[in-house]
Amino acid sequence: MRKSRPNYFAGFGSLVWLLVVGLPLYVMLVATFQSRSDYAANGPLSLPEHFTLDNYVDDLNSGFAQYFLNTVIVTVCVVGIVVLLVPPLAYTIVRSRGRATTTIFRLFLLGLAIPSQAVIVPMFFVISEAGLYDNLIGVILPTAAFAMPVCALILTGVMRDITPDLYEAMTMDGASSRRVFFQLVLPLSRSGVSTIVVFSALQAWNGFLFPLVLTQSAETKVITLGLYDFQTEHGVNTPGLLAAVVLSMLPILIVYLFARRALVQGLMGVGGK
Amino acid sequence: MTTTPSPSADGDTVRRAGSSGIGAGRPGFLWAAPAAVFFGLFAIVPLIMVAVLSFASWDGLSDPEFAGLDNWKTLLDDPVMIKSLWLSVLLTVLGVAVQTPLSILLGVWAAGHQRNRAVLSAIYFVPMLLSVAAVSVLWRAVLDPNLGVPAQATWLFGDGNLFGTQATAIGVLVFVSTWQFTPLHTLIYQGAARAVPQVLYQAAQIDGAGTVRQFFHITLPQLRNAIITSMILMVVGGLTTFDTVLILTQGGPGSDTTISAYYMYQKAFKSFDYGAASTIALLLVLVSTVISLIVVRLSGYDRMRSTMEGL
Repeated sequence: MRKSRPNYFAGFGSLVWLLVVGLPLYVMLVATFQSRSDYAANGPLSLPEHFTLDNYVDDLNSGFAQYFLNTVIVTVCVVGIVVLLVPPLAYTIVRSRGRATTTIFRLFLLGLAIPSQAVIVPMFFVISEAGLYDNLIGVILPTAAFAMPVCALILTGVMRDITPDLYEAMTMDGASSRRVFFQLVLPLSRSGVSTIVVFSALQAWNGFLFPLVLTQSAETKVITLGLYDFQTEHGVNTPGLLAAVVLSMLPILIVYLFARRALVQGLMGVGGK
Repeated sequence: MTTTPSPSADGDTVRRAGSSGIGAGRPGFLWAAPAAVFFGLFAIVPLIMVAVLSFASWDGLSDPEFAGLDNWKTLLDDPVMIKSLWLSVLLTVLGVAVQTPLSILLGVWAAGHQRNRAVLSAIYFVPMLLSVAAVSVLWRAVLDPNLGVPAQATWLFGDGNLFGTQATAIGVLVFVSTWQFTPLHTLIYQGAARAVPQVLYQAAQIDGAGTVRQFFHITLPQLRNAIITSMILMVVGGLTTFDTVLILTQGGPGSDTTISAYYMYQKAFKSFDYGAASTIALLLVLVSTVISLIVVRLSGYDRMRSTMEGL
């Protein structure tokens, strides 16, 4: 950037990193288009001889379609809960003066440090007691709860940027907090809301531990768990396994293509000041 | 820092102008209640239960029995437990040590404006689109001792079994996390590097400072916030690594990669010793909270001012 001379060292380093990132992705893609025997015979680094889509078809027929659907359900519900609950929360944190709100905000800050593994044992019993074991709802609720702290922080950051003058102008006109929220805060923090949509969607899509401990049957299996089971059960079928990995990534890739700006900006904002 | 007044201190005006009693336009506590209740129910309550269970002995079937400090004593005498803590810390430290310089360099480089950089950084981003489970499965396949790359490149990998010794298994774990999470941290640094005022570089150029000096004297100090944020994420992420270990090494060889989070999972759902598992869990929470608090203090995060933007 700001340097007049090209930086050969950095250029070289970035190419090396490209290899590190790209090579496994290449191995993955190439493997999925070969038959099992071809892959075993040629090894992971060779070009495919006979192109086939069988691996993908087999995966979809062997339950991955269901896992996919389950993951979509979980993701949509988690995003729904987060989007419903977090904006009013962030609005209160930014605008309210009460001691209670400060306490709540601190609680969410603390929540950032709570690893989801830490609560898995009681969660298992709470969900079982509630009759939600092996039920997608039992996965959705804790997943949404653990997505909330980060989303709350992102959104409070965005809402804090709305100039106080605007609030003042509206309240001078006697607007209720509901009107302020819907006519001022929400429209102005649209970018923040899309960031938390992407964030919580990613988290739900990648969820592993909650589904692992809280579900059991094939009907409630999510895709990350499907991958894990596939590996333990048919470990040798590498092309089929890698095809499943590619499948698991496709929806996120699509979301990424559409929501790239929100995702990247949301992440880049994290380190700014 | 209680009730930090908003920058313009417009509260009085609002209160006077407000017609409907308690500060019109100022949302009441009720606005936050649904989120707080939900979060409390599914995060804080289980956390309290973990704390209680850590002082109990429980197999999940009979009623939990109060056991005082028994779990704590047993765990302190448990060599695997001590080893698992040490492994968690080791993996975290190695992760931070490898990822931080790498992502700073990549991030600063990617903050530039040339065309190929945009394309390259888009490719760099791909590992982030894969779940931890998918990444682990992918690398398990790529590094498979019989069918994977090491078997083809024995000149580089020896007998090809990277999961066979502790050193190589740890190496694989660190490498795989680096592969997956460097994009995230690169993005954080890229954002921060773009925010560095250009004037500083122009001034440095006039003074005749070269690229390297500019990097160490301007870029790095300006990235301070980003470095802190990124490190918190790395530390918390490192301490709570779980899927990677479960899928890549199953804690092996032996218990050589059994980190605390994995050990806790084993204790709970393989040995059904929920008391011990809760004790490990509580220990994890304590460690990660303490680290977060230290970093928050250092960074001035808790002043909730401009540093709060974003995360």
